[in-house]
Amino acid sequence: MSAPPGKARFSKAVYARPRSLVDVKSHFCPGCHHGTIHKIVAECIDRYGLREKTIGVACVGCSVFLYDYIDVDVVESPHGRAPAVATGVKRAQPDKFVFTYQGDGDLAAIGTSEIIHAANRGENLSVIFVNNTTYGMTGGQMAPTTMLGQKTSTTPYGRDFRGDGYPIRMAELLAGLEGTAYSARVAVSTPAQIRKSKEAVRKAFEMQINGMGLSIVEFLSTCPTNWGMKPLDAQKRVLGEMSEYFPLGVFKERVQADFA
Amino acid sequence: MGDSVTATGRIEIDFERCKACELCVPACPKVCIGMGTAINRQGYASAVFERPDDCTGCAICAETCPDACILVWR
Amino acid sequence: MSALAAPPSKRLLKGNEAICLGAVAAGCRHYYGYPITPQNDIPEYMAAHLPALGGTFLQAESEVATINMMLGTSASGKRVMTSSSGPGISLMQEGLSYMAGSELPAVIVNISRSGPGLGGIAPSQGDYFQAVKGGGHGGYRLIVLAPHSVQEMYALTMLAFDLADKYRTPAMILGDAIVGQMKEPFVASPYDPASTVEKPWALTGCAGRERLNVKSLHLKDNEIEVHNWRLHEKYERIRKDETRAEPYMLDGATIAIVAFGTAARVGKTAIQWARKEGIAAGMLRPITLFPFPRREVFELARKVDVLLVIEMNTGQMVEDVRQSTPLHDRIAFLGKPCAMPTPEEILERIRLLAGRKV
Repeated sequence: MSAPPGKARFSKAVYARPRSLVDVKSHFCPGCHHGTIHKIVAECIDRYGLREKTIGVACVGCSVFLYDYIDVDVVESPHGRAPAVATGVKRAQPDKFVFTYQGDGDLAAIGTSEIIHAANRGENLSVIFVNNTTYGMTGGQMAPTTMLGQKTSTTPYGRDFRGDGYPIRMAELLAGLEGTAYSARVAVSTPAQIRKSKEAVRKAFEMQINGMGLSIVEFLSTCPTNWGMKPLDAQKRVLGEMSEYFPLGVFKERVQADFA
Repeated sequence: MGDSVTATGRIEIDFERCKACELCVPACPKVCIGMGTAINRQGYASAVFERPDDCTGCAICAETCPDACILVWR
Repeated sequence: MSALAAPPSKRLLKGNEAICLGAVAAGCRHYYGYPITPQNDIPEYMAAHLPALGGTFLQAESEVATINMMLGTSASGKRVMTSSSGPGISLMQEGLSYMAGSELPAVIVNISRSGPGLGGIAPSQGDYFQAVKGGGHGGYRLIVLAPHSVQEMYALTMLAFDLADKYRTPAMILGDAIVGQMKEPFVASPYDPASTVEKPWALTGCAGRERLNVKSLHLKDNEIEVHNWRLHEKYERIRKDETRAEPYMLDGATIAIVAFGTAARVGKTAIQWARKEGIAAGMLRPITLFPFPRREVFELARKVDVLLVIEMNTGQMVEDVRQSTPLHDRIAFLGKPCAMPTPEEILERIRLLAGRKV
């Protein structure tokens, strides 16, 4: 085999797969942001040298396959219970790095009790929360984050607040709890957003490393398949109506630990 | 294909891993990437590195790719 | 050594406290739980004592969270316990199914109360089916131990930890308000594990090894079928090797009570009275409810005239007794749902079965 073009001149690798990202093809649909978010998480694990002391907690939904893609120990949790499982891991192994990776149905519907109380206790965990406004794995049903008017397989006429309630803003809600150390909402629909979201995950991880309490990063993500959109159009939706309702930003950032 | 004279970087797209989501195409500030026609084993027409001469090796395409199938050198 | 050589001191102790002492002696340093009557002395004891031992006591927001915290701690390779009662145990069934599927050990104490629903706080054995048939979805078993004295609350708690670790499966202590709340003379025997179990599957970070997963999801071709057969084979091994039952005054017995827990305790008094009247009564007391002592019941049924099954419910274990012997016409049942049978009414039934006038 001949060397790739330019190999002689361009030999410094400036982007390769993060060490903590398993070198396999993912099962995610084309344009799904789960892959992008996995990469960011893996990069941040690498950055702080956490791979060998990390225990990830996978939830139920498309994100359960975390254990196939992130090269760390992973325990599977029942639907919505990841913050409780992570609490059990962290209390048993306080010196380890523990994060959950949860979708919106998982964290913002069935698992609201577990995330609110883990945050309120100030559990020293990091939470990666993927909000794509739908239940992806089960076929695109209404999620707690589904936008008003959005058609899903269980809101065939569009989500109506009069019967279905409103899309829930978790990053803001959790920022209101004393135990939450860090809460931010980010997106990965532009290169600039990707860089910003990395900063947020780094901050979240640093919170845990410094023993500050629960940190959460909410990602606005696409689900092109269940939205019935091309990936580029799905990204436009994130940049448009989704970001209008779910504003990007940092809602809480603790500067000093409450407990020594 | 000889070495590009004007490029300051180079990318490689993993043909078999690409799912043709096209997110890298508008992400490239120099419009170096286009969609190909050859179908990979997953059934997707992979993105291709169409205009290597303008590549700066900025790695924005790689950061954008959800499937981590772009490698970048400078 | 000197401490062990010293004569063990006897003292009065509550059943629920004996569970705590057994857990601590067995090395359990993690307890999660949620308040519910009639078992609150267990979390209260753990809250007072575990932190000083370098352990964790955490009052969870619900039993749902409790069992999942246990899942996380168990996946970390640590011994972990909770205690609750019927309604709380129901909320734990989801997590128990995941733990059984993920093959995670843990000890769950059910100081059961009356049901269904909110029921009442009277002692009951109405949770038998839930305990021994799995309880949650998907088809699995828990190891279920049924203490009938304070001393046994202690010993069986230690055993529950050992069996849970040995077989990588959750184990349940099925008690009730009587054995939980009563005080009895108690001796803290030293913890003597049959064997220590390594946990190479524990998630401790992948330093120096490949990454590990603890999971119950199996989507690849045939994987879940293989997994189910493997679990089944494990439950069969538990049946074969871990069945425990106490024979009580069975020599020459023509009437044998089959009862567990508090019902068995009362039954023993009635047997003593019956023997004084010249009625050859005895008892087979299942200590493990899963595995149920099927062979013991089978053999006993061939020797006696009557098996009198006594339960504080309307008839649950009696189904396992029927499954254990084809001699169904020898099975009699005395049920006291949500109430403790008195020795008098048991004796009355024994007399009736013995053909005596009452």
